[in-house]
Amino acid sequence: MSVDPIRVIDEKCVGCTLCTKVCPFDAIAMDERLAKIDLTKCTVCGACVEACKFEAIEIREREVASQHDLEQFKNVWVMTEQFDGHIESVTYELLGEGRKLADDLGMELCAVLLGSDIESKAQALIARGADKVYLVDRPELAYFSDEPYANVMIELINEHKPSVVLCGATTVGRSLVSRVAVSVHAGLTADCTALAIDPETKNLLQTRPAFGGNIMATIETPHHRPQMATVRHKVMQEAVEEASRTGEVIIQEIAEAILKSRTKRVDYVEEQESTVNIAEANILVSGGRGLQAPENFEVVREFAKVLGAGIGASRAAVDADWIPYSHQVGQTGKTVCPKLYFACGISGQIQHLAGMSSAETIVAINKDPDAPIFDVATYGIVGDALEILPLLTREFSKILGA
Amino acid sequence: MNFVVCIKQVPDTHDVKINPETNTLMREGVEAIINPFDMYAIEEALRLRDRMGGTVTAVTMGPPQAEAALREAISMGVNTGILVSDRAFAGSDTWATSYTLSKALEKIGDYTVIIFGKQASDGDTAQVGPGVATHLDLPQITYVRKVEEIDENRIVAERLLETGYEAIESPLPCVMTVVKEINEPRLPSLKGKMAARKAEIVTWGAADIEAEADKLGLDGSPTKVVKVFTPPAREGGEMLEGEPGEIATQLAEKLKDIIIEAAS
Ligand SMILES: Cc1cc2nc3c(=O)[nH]c(=O)nc-3n(C[C@H](O)[C@H](O)[C@H](O)COP(=O)(O)OP(=O)(O)OC[C@H]3O[C@@H](n4cnc5c(N)ncnc54)[C@H](O)[C@@H]3O)c2cc1C
Ligand SMILES: Nc1ncnc2c1ncn2[C@@H]1O[C@H](COP(=O)(O)O)[C@@H](O)[C@H]1O
Repeated sequence: MSVDPIRVIDEKCVGCTLCTKVCPFDAIAMDERLAKIDLTKCTVCGACVEACKFEAIEIREREVASQHDLEQFKNVWVMTEQFDGHIESVTYELLGEGRKLADDLGMELCAVLLGSDIESKAQALIARGADKVYLVDRPELAYFSDEPYANVMIELINEHKPSVVLCGATTVGRSLVSRVAVSVHAGLTADCTALAIDPETKNLLQTRPAFGGNIMATIETPHHRPQMATVRHKVMQEAVEEASRTGEVIIQEIAEAILKSRTKRVDYVEEQESTVNIAEANILVSGGRGLQAPENFEVVREFAKVLGAGIGASRAAVDADWIPYSHQVGQTGKTVCPKLYFACGISGQIQHLAGMSSAETIVAINKDPDAPIFDVATYGIVGDALEILPLLTREFSKILGA
Repeated sequence: MNFVVCIKQVPDTHDVKINPETNTLMREGVEAIINPFDMYAIEEALRLRDRMGGTVTAVTMGPPQAEAALREAISMGVNTGILVSDRAFAGSDTWATSYTLSKALEKIGDYTVIIFGKQASDGDTAQVGPGVATHLDLPQITYVRKVEEIDENRIVAERLLETGYEAIESPLPCVMTVVKEINEPRLPSLKGKMAARKAEIVTWGAADIEAEADKLGLDGSPTKVVKVFTPPAREGGEMLEGEPGEIATQLAEKLKDIIIEAAS
């Protein structure tokens, strides 16, 4: 038996080169009029299998040693993200999306709530669509800590066997679920922007951008449960609150040993500038090198203040120390997906676009009419940001009555 | 102390372009580079070694050509490069990748800190670092922007959060993933380049790391890609023209609804 995951059936290949053209990874070449797959580049994405008109490419079926008994796994879970007892909006987005998935599957939607003195928040999750809340209320869980949080999740998953587990694609979410997925041997798809249930197999279809948004991939987990995904902020609709909704709160007992952590938080410093977390902001105003001097960043701040917006920056602005790194948008910064993004004096290099091009509406202000940022902008303004931003600040304060 | 960095070779996004005819990525002639975040991981490992003494080992799992990434790391000052490469690894998702790397790390054995980039620029998952930590049952500090203290038994590092940062103390050995803010990667030295050319790169296959076959590659990967497609291109935008004052009024009119909704 060959270990190769994918192969060309030479007898069927006619050398038409369709597959070489569709391969997103440049992994197929023609050799004497036969397609040859370079396995060191191939990611087994299947684009060629779909494109081949002659059924000449075949992906081998997986040999699954420890197949989970899929029938045992039920319900859609949402991991609640809370900070100081305040539930982050990404949780409500997950509940909105989770409700749809649970209804499609004919299953229940459950929220997992970990924290300290947090019981009073369970109703907020029920009001947003949760049928059940699994609550672990312990002083050790007052703030996020990798090991206890992961261990509690693992314990809950092993006991209750959810079919789907969703978590925000945040610092906390990504650190946490990566540990959990490895432990329970689940498939984990990062940073999803669309979720759906396959009508036939009932598997979760998880769609996510890769290569800085240049391609999209749809991923499923056919033989393992739970199916785990982190979901990007701001792409899913928040669940509507319905205060009178009722649900069940299940208080979960947890053994002391599970709450142990080898690491210890010795300090926490809140950053002054980040009054608005840039990944959570509905509106982001970002400044780049085009602002020319640190004091000019003030016009961005003033505009953002009027809009109640978060403040972002290009790497050039961060490297010049005009604003802390936590505000950097892009490949080596954060990926954001606000409703509205203002790029002010930002050229729009691919590394910057990787972090923001999925924003719903993009406004670009740049002196240079050929700046690449205009290729992705919904509205483009060729002009001096330092002149235009104060005018916009005035116009928008009129609208918002500020 | 032995510091280990896990690095990945990725296509340089500078060069990644979409083929307008077929709407797919054109990767031909695209240069392969070390994942940008991993450059910070290498630099931090070198700094920790210079501070504490010891060695830095770079590990990459990938095709034979990924050797180039290891040579580049050596040119920066890394002592040893290990290439983990086998056809059986093809089709690995993050579960299988972190399993494979953890087996290689077990073979290395005496690691003090294992350093990862925050995420790889092709997959962008940020899952492999914590995944390896879990396979090896090690504590982790993710999104590190500064190492504050390190001694024989413990490390204190600042982790970047959405709202600020926190300092975390961990016993050693541990896993760290680093963000860009942590340092400024050095350029290769002349001596480093010479060393890189001469260095012998160790290559380990599946048998060398005593990996279980059913946990590798396609079979070891719970996730399966069912479709890859190019996202619909953004609609061509509208350029606003006129005097700055007029433009501001126009834009305000267009964005009015979005702004009022977003602000509520
Ligand atoms: C590995 C790697 C990772 C990277 N990661 C990131 C990342 O995460 N995020 C990121 O942003 N970048 C990243 N970069 C850098 C990126 O390639 C660009 O260098 C950076 O985005 C440029 O920032 P900028 O647009 O502010 O500056 P510039 O490219 O210098 O652009 C400034 C723009 O301002 C315009 N301008 C000048 N004056 C005015 C004015 N008065 N009014 C209006 N417009 C004006 C100019 O026409 C110009 O278009 C990365 C690069 C590499 C190699
Ligand atoms: N194939 C690989 N070989 C070595 N290190 C890797 C590999 N894939 C990922 N990594 C490491 O894991 C980090 C996170 O990658 P990812 O989870 O793919 O975003 C990277 O920055 C690397 O440090």
